[in-house]
Amino acid sequence: MPEKTYREAIHDAMVEEMRRDETVFLMGEDIGSYGGAFGVSAGMLAEFGPERVRETPISELGIVGAAAGAAMVGMKPIAEMMFMDFILLALEPLMNQAAKARYMFGGKATVPMVVRMAGGSGTGAAAQHSQSLESILMAIPGIKVVAPSTPYDAKGLLISAIRDPNPVCFVEHKVLYKVKGEVPEGEYSIPLGVAEIKHPGTQLTVVSSGIMVSKSLAVATKLEAEGISVEVLDLRTLRPMDNEAIIKSVKKTGRLLVVHEAPQTGGWAGEVLAVVAGSEAFDYLDAPMRRLAGKDVPIPYNRFLEAAAVPQEADIEAEIRAILSNKY
Amino acid sequence: MVMWKKEEFDNYQTTDVLETANRLGLEKEKLIEMYRTMMKIRFFEEMADKQYALGKVHGTMHLSAGQEAVAVGSGFAIKKSDYLLNHHRGHGHFIASGADVNKMMAEFLGKDTGYCRGRGGSMHIADVTANNLGANGIVGGGLQLAVGVGIAIQMRKTDQLVLTIFGDGAANEGIFHESLNMAGIWDLPILYLCENNQYGMSANVNRVSAKTPFKARAEAYGIPGYYIDGNDVLAVYEFMKNASEHIRAGKGPVFVEAQTYRYFGHSKSDRNLYRTKEEIEYWKTVEDPIERFEGLLLQAGLLKVEEIKAMQDEINKEIEAAVTFAENSPEPDVKDLTEWVYA
Repeated sequence: MPEKTYREAIHDAMVEEMRRDETVFLMGEDIGSYGGAFGVSAGMLAEFGPERVRETPISELGIVGAAAGAAMVGMKPIAEMMFMDFILLALEPLMNQAAKARYMFGGKATVPMVVRMAGGSGTGAAAQHSQSLESILMAIPGIKVVAPSTPYDAKGLLISAIRDPNPVCFVEHKVLYKVKGEVPEGEYSIPLGVAEIKHPGTQLTVVSSGIMVSKSLAVATKLEAEGISVEVLDLRTLRPMDNEAIIKSVKKTGRLLVVHEAPQTGGWAGEVLAVVAGSEAFDYLDAPMRRLAGKDVPIPYNRFLEAAAVPQEADIEAEIRAILSNKY
Repeated sequence: MVMWKKEEFDNYQTTDVLETANRLGLEKEKLIEMYRTMMKIRFFEEMADKQYALGKVHGTMHLSAGQEAVAVGSGFAIKKSDYLLNHHRGHGHFIASGADVNKMMAEFLGKDTGYCRGRGGSMHIADVTANNLGANGIVGGGLQLAVGVGIAIQMRKTDQLVLTIFGDGAANEGIFHESLNMAGIWDLPILYLCENNQYGMSANVNRVSAKTPFKARAEAYGIPGYYIDGNDVLAVYEFMKNASEHIRAGKGPVFVEAQTYRYFGHSKSDRNLYRTKEEIEYWKTVEDPIERFEGLLLQAGLLKVEEIKAMQDEINKEIEAAVTFAENSPEPDVKDLTEWVYA
């Protein structure tokens, strides 16, 4: 199977859907000749022209609002937020308009739009260009939130997101853009709302998404050599969350650690813990459920401070060992 | 007391309805229909207010009495195939665009037969299948949706336009500027109608706006702007008609600011502490849009006093029937609470 980067996989998903469906178009800042701040839309202007690869002013509220309006009348816009942090300028059209139009109009509207956004820390971009805001986006009914961890998932999930009749926030981790992985040629899709076991195990379940999946996988592989069996469950879609897969895995392993980069307070790990605590999996638990999340701090600039602000492999490993040895 | 800036209007006040109608190509039947629709809006809102007083309306509502000429002049100037994005004080515009008053009244009463099956209420009335993309509870909320609708129309190369209506308050939201700038750079088929009723809740437009009229802001984005008498229904019609022709000719967006006045408070909690009784009385008695048009029609011999009474009786019956329809309609089923969150 050919290898592609996460960036190329996202690019390919957009290009293939735009070739297949003329109602799909891309809007965002510097997405044309520049190719997007992270190069995701490189070459697309030449193929599709300025109407379907629509370069906008620096108006995030405008971009997301226009996407919502176009979607309400049958188009399938993809809006790009150069950095996830900038979605905060556009929460009004996302949360008050796009998320609610269908419901408040009595089921008569559909808003098939995707907002792609580059999130996460690790590039020294500091507090306003490094956030993981998915927990905030997940809090509004009417919005779906997807956060792929591999090139394969990125392409298949983005194709599903574009075809989905709801507003979908598609969170791309900027450190993953250069990561390579197997991506088959041609069309395939991955259903939204379905988690995947990325590494099977028997003693402890790690639930995570995005870049924390690769970190958790590295730890799981390392511990495997010691005979410690960790299951890594990649949620892939954060809302709707695949509660069934979480419960099933915890019933099997009896231990749970949730890992995410978003800050701990109000973070989605709390949601996962509540799902398990209120389910039949609770009776299967052999240890307290734990979460390992971003620290409750703005992402700092200094590389050591920045690394300390979000879970690293050593933190995940230490936490797993602590749970398994009942020392926390 | 707030008054007109009449000297700044771009329109001539309609004084001879026959001459104006002739110039605009409006038949007598159309003129009478416009008058009748203005009256229907007024009666509908008075009845809605009564239903509220009787405790039958669960939430609040924003009444537009006094602003009927803006609703009718604009509603009659565009086509059924055009899109409409409305503000929270939008009952009149919906009635002018042909909305079913039964479904509107049912929505006010929160019934399952309402436009939004009781999920939206007065502030979210929409009829998406009829290109009515909804009233909006967020001031200026429709302004940016209009950009997206405009992009869709432009990409599909149809003969449509999108009419987005907002108040003077919305002109001070950041979204106003992002919307007009995008419409300006892409020549989008958007008809901006600023319905300036002179108060954003309690805030007088001149106290909270650095420069009025707002058409100067449109011109700053390369969009032709007009400031007109919004209580002169034929003036509104004329400017909206011309604007729609400009847009359909592919010449880009147009901005029309219609000066008007609302009689009721902002919402049901408003005690009118920010304006005088005399001011409200002046507008009601001297500048009332329905009476002004009625006077012109009577003067031109297009309408007789006895016809007015018959028309009023007929509209009253229609509005009373809407209340009966709403009252006899079922409540939404609570078991369907979470339907339609997702498609």
